[in-house]
Amino acid sequence: MSFLDASGMTGGYGATDILHDCTLRVEKGQIAVIVGPNGAGKSTAMKAVFGMLRLRAGKVTLDGEDITALSPQERVRKGMGFVPQVNNVFPTMTVEENLEMGAFIREDDFTGTMEQVFELFPILCDKRRQNAGELSGGQRQQVAVGRALMTKPKLLMLDEPTAGVSPIVMDELFDRIIEIARTGISILMVEQNARQALEIADTGYVLVQGANRYTDTGAALMADPEVRRTFLGG
Amino acid sequence: MDLLNALVAILNYVVIPATAYGAQLALGALGVTLIYGILRFSNFAHGDTMAFGTAVTIIVTWGLQAAGVSLGPLPTALLALPFGIAITAALMLATDRVIYRYYRKVHAAPVILVMVSVGVMFLMNGITRLLIGVDEIRFDDGARFLITAREWRDWTGLAEPLTLRSTQAITVVVAAVVVWALFWFLAKTRTGKSMRAFSDNEDLALLSGINPNRVVAVTWIIAAALATTAGVLYGLDKSFKAFNYFQLLLPVFAAAIVGGLGNPLGAIAGGFIIAFSEVGVTYAWKKVAGYLGYNADGLLQLLSTEYKFAVSFVILIIVLLFKPTGLFRGKSF
Repeated sequence: MSFLDASGMTGGYGATDILHDCTLRVEKGQIAVIVGPNGAGKSTAMKAVFGMLRLRAGKVTLDGEDITALSPQERVRKGMGFVPQVNNVFPTMTVEENLEMGAFIREDDFTGTMEQVFELFPILCDKRRQNAGELSGGQRQQVAVGRALMTKPKLLMLDEPTAGVSPIVMDELFDRIIEIARTGISILMVEQNARQALEIADTGYVLVQGANRYTDTGAALMADPEVRRTFLGG
Repeated sequence: MDLLNALVAILNYVVIPATAYGAQLALGALGVTLIYGILRFSNFAHGDTMAFGTAVTIIVTWGLQAAGVSLGPLPTALLALPFGIAITAALMLATDRVIYRYYRKVHAAPVILVMVSVGVMFLMNGITRLLIGVDEIRFDDGARFLITAREWRDWTGLAEPLTLRSTQAITVVVAAVVVWALFWFLAKTRTGKSMRAFSDNEDLALLSGINPNRVVAVTWIIAAALATTAGVLYGLDKSFKAFNYFQLLLPVFAAAIVGGLGNPLGAIAGGFIIAFSEVGVTYAWKKVAGYLGYNADGLLQLLSTEYKFAVSFVILIIVLLFKPTGLFRGKSF
């Protein structure tokens, strides 16, 4: 069984379903990327995995444990970390305080984890006393990812981490994400920049209208002429 | 010599009273701004919270005086203040449990919460009047003056008198200690930081495992402490009258908005801006002008003291027109 196994997810916000029998799986230490056209339900699928959406059918298990009935907060305690697409930092608090708040549920000493985050994102160490709201878009994303890492998650979920950042910063962020995965953390990520994201993905999920259309390794999806023509722009 | 006399007159009639009044407004505005930042509504009941807290403190003060307890030169009310804060905090928590919690649960719009707080305001107003009556009450005891006019004249030989009432000095000292404690709490403690996080980004705070009920409860307790302290200091400095505290709501809100709602530093600056404007505009400058060699026919008073609330209104309107987020960039409406 996969480390994260969200299978047969069906549900939506109101009466109509957005997800239709959607399945997402991530192996330990691997990167899974969800791509697809606008309105395909990519973010909704991720929110469903995190418990922010009530499912009518389907099941989510993490490390073999059924977490379908748990709230997002409880899932954080079970080892999920979530980085929302927007409003993902505390703008009038310093970088260091943002990380501290990330570790709010931890009773033990978290200075070691903070050091690791600073090693991963050295710029944050330089700006640790600066308010997160004053940072550039890319730096703010680093704070957001760092905040989520403070609970030492086993699965990190990123909702379009590169939205609104420059291509150089995007490459940099993807490099960091690969580094995070190498430490054994599984990553589930929604991305608009499908081509670049699939390049680093172990598994790629192409969603269309809330259902799985193609599922394969990132490289295989990139090589599939049909996927290229319809979703990657040739 | 005349220049010195002019300076002393300004110090005596404008700077000292406005500083004390500004400190009282700042404490009141801090409570308003804290509730706005964390609970996300303008609490119109804050003036009457100040009145209730002060009324309880006065009753405890009477009890202490009857028991023969005294702080010597300091007013007994300072000893009663912690009791007043505790009882007011209990009332705030009860109000939240019975009234506000429901509206939070249904995610009521801020304007509905404001209306709810108006209802709470009338209720607390009634409770205060039942508790202590509507009359004016003076409850300051201990030493009255730090500097009397006679002492000042003997020391300096200046024609212009200067007095410093002990309540004015106590106001400034207590306000400074309270503000320092509040900022230390918000900046350094885990609970304080979690409150700021909750104010900054509620969803992310919940995601981080911050307990919203705890944040709300601590906010009410701190608001009760700030309101009671502000009310007692105002009452010591001037006098206690339930209706005056209701009227204080306007300058308190003006101070919070001028500084930028949700911004604690702004609340303090706003308090002093409002206080100095109010006192400055309603002071008759004739005497000072006389010392400076200009003999005016009129009183040189821009506005008679009955209209002092107009000053808050005007400043409020100017700020809302030209800088709606306030001088210190608070949250906009």
